[in-house]
Amino acid sequence: MSTSEDRPLVSIIAKDACVDFPIFDAKSRSLKKTVMGLVGGNITTETKVPVIQALRDITLTLEHGDRVGLVGHNGAGKSTLLRLLAGIYEPTRGFAEVRGRVAPVFDLGVGMDPEISGLENIIVRGLFLGMTRKQMEERIDDIADFTELGDFLRMPLRTYSTGMRIRLALGVVTSIDPEILILDEGIGAVDAAFLEKSKKRLAELVERAGLLVFASHSDEFLRELCDTAIWMEHGRIRQQGGIDEVLAGYKGRT
Amino acid sequence: MGLGSPIPAPGSVRQVLASATPSRNSFARAVADLRGGWAQRQLWAHLGWQDIRQRYRRSVLGPIWITISMAVTAVALGVLYAGLFGNDLSVQLPYILVGFIIWAFISGCISEGSEVFIANEGLIRQLPAPLSVHVYRLVWRQMLFFAHNLIVYVVMLVIFPQQLGWDSLTVFPALLLLGINGAWVALLLGIVTTRFRDLAPITQSVVQLLFFLTPIVWIYDDLLKNAAVAERARLVEFNPLLHFIEIVRQPMLGQEQHLRHWVVVLLITVVGWALTLVALRRYRSRVAYWV
Repeated sequence: MSTSEDRPLVSIIAKDACVDFPIFDAKSRSLKKTVMGLVGGNITTETKVPVIQALRDITLTLEHGDRVGLVGHNGAGKSTLLRLLAGIYEPTRGFAEVRGRVAPVFDLGVGMDPEISGLENIIVRGLFLGMTRKQMEERIDDIADFTELGDFLRMPLRTYSTGMRIRLALGVVTSIDPEILILDEGIGAVDAAFLEKSKKRLAELVERAGLLVFASHSDEFLRELCDTAIWMEHGRIRQQGGIDEVLAGYKGRT
Repeated sequence: MGLGSPIPAPGSVRQVLASATPSRNSFARAVADLRGGWAQRQLWAHLGWQDIRQRYRRSVLGPIWITISMAVTAVALGVLYAGLFGNDLSVQLPYILVGFIIWAFISGCISEGSEVFIANEGLIRQLPAPLSVHVYRLVWRQMLFFAHNLIVYVVMLVIFPQQLGWDSLTVFPALLLLGINGAWVALLLGIVTTRFRDLAPITQSVVQLLFFLTPIVWIYDDLLKNAAVAERARLVEFNPLLHFIEIVRQPMLGQEQHLRHWVVVLLITVVGWALTLVALRRYRSRVAYWV
């Protein structure tokens, strides 16, 4: 791997990357069909697993300092692309390389445990995002202030309302120091005043992050956080360029 | 609830190299998965603990229930089988108890291993993390169960003293081997059952069957003395689990130890890991697509 040493520490490179999902229904996922298929010597199209081509020929290079917005219709491949860029899916064809510590935020609540207290959840969620326990302990006061949950932090998470959970999750997510931040919009159900406050924190988080990829349907949010954008359509990159240019193109079509 | 894992320890640079064709790199990536997972021990150690506390949350005695249920089972079966086989309780009970504690670990690794990735589906899809994190968490959790059960063993030592000598210390490397094997079994089974979902229930049935085929409630040496069944009893040597049980049970009961059990276990360790590395190399990146 000595050839890649001179590349920057934080980067995402993809070349002709494709992501195909095999869709196993209950039958084809079972051994029965595979075994019978082998025995019958009849491995044709009907025994083959149908495939969804989620991403086609994705070629891009993102580097430290990039702030990329992701636009496209539902089902255009935004979330799959985010997962490819996070290193969760490795391409089925082509090549993708992710260098740097990735903090993916697709679902604010992933890894949260309803039975343990808010404070404990802060630590666990931080560990999930690649922080150490010590780093999280240093940040607990800051997160507690931000969430305004007070003594509720000592209660189990299951006693929280949806809004309170989102506050907690946002508090943790915006306190970390990621090298690569992958954000999928999921920031609803928070009251307006709180959203204003979290916007500031979000902006600061993006400032700290080496590289940002942000999928959203909100032009305002995209313009605020990103300077370039990618427009996804049918699993392909339709347009890539400056944020205004891409947004104009995207809006012009719809 | 499924918790699992994320990103390597801070400070380290994560690398995901991916290409469709399995290259020579893919083997390095399989090893990197195991090492990356190990580097995140803060996370899986915490989660393993949390799993245990979780199970007994809101109960007054908490994880001590693990200990109590083990004691109840072992004593009941010990009394029952001592009567059935006409053995002395001071022989049968410690034998069953120790066998049961080890069996709990082994069966836990196998049956939970068959669901290790399916159960952590959410995490695998949401966070880039080495697959091995989920496996380490599982083995660690089983070790914590084992530690809880040791309390029963200590109480037993007070009531039925065993002749423990220096050679009983071999129990430590034996337990280490048990854990190392638990990891490959869970990893390999986890990969296969994620792809072929029917194998998970099959595994559960096989584990139940293995319980009866392994000398846990019945004493192997006793059957050998009985000429009528000795021939058939010897077949149990082909059961790999016998050897795993014996390398731990013999030192824990202060019995004479046999080298052949160690040889078999070491052999299985090497072959098992080799097989698992091949599977990991080939299918590691597919698991995220399969869950």
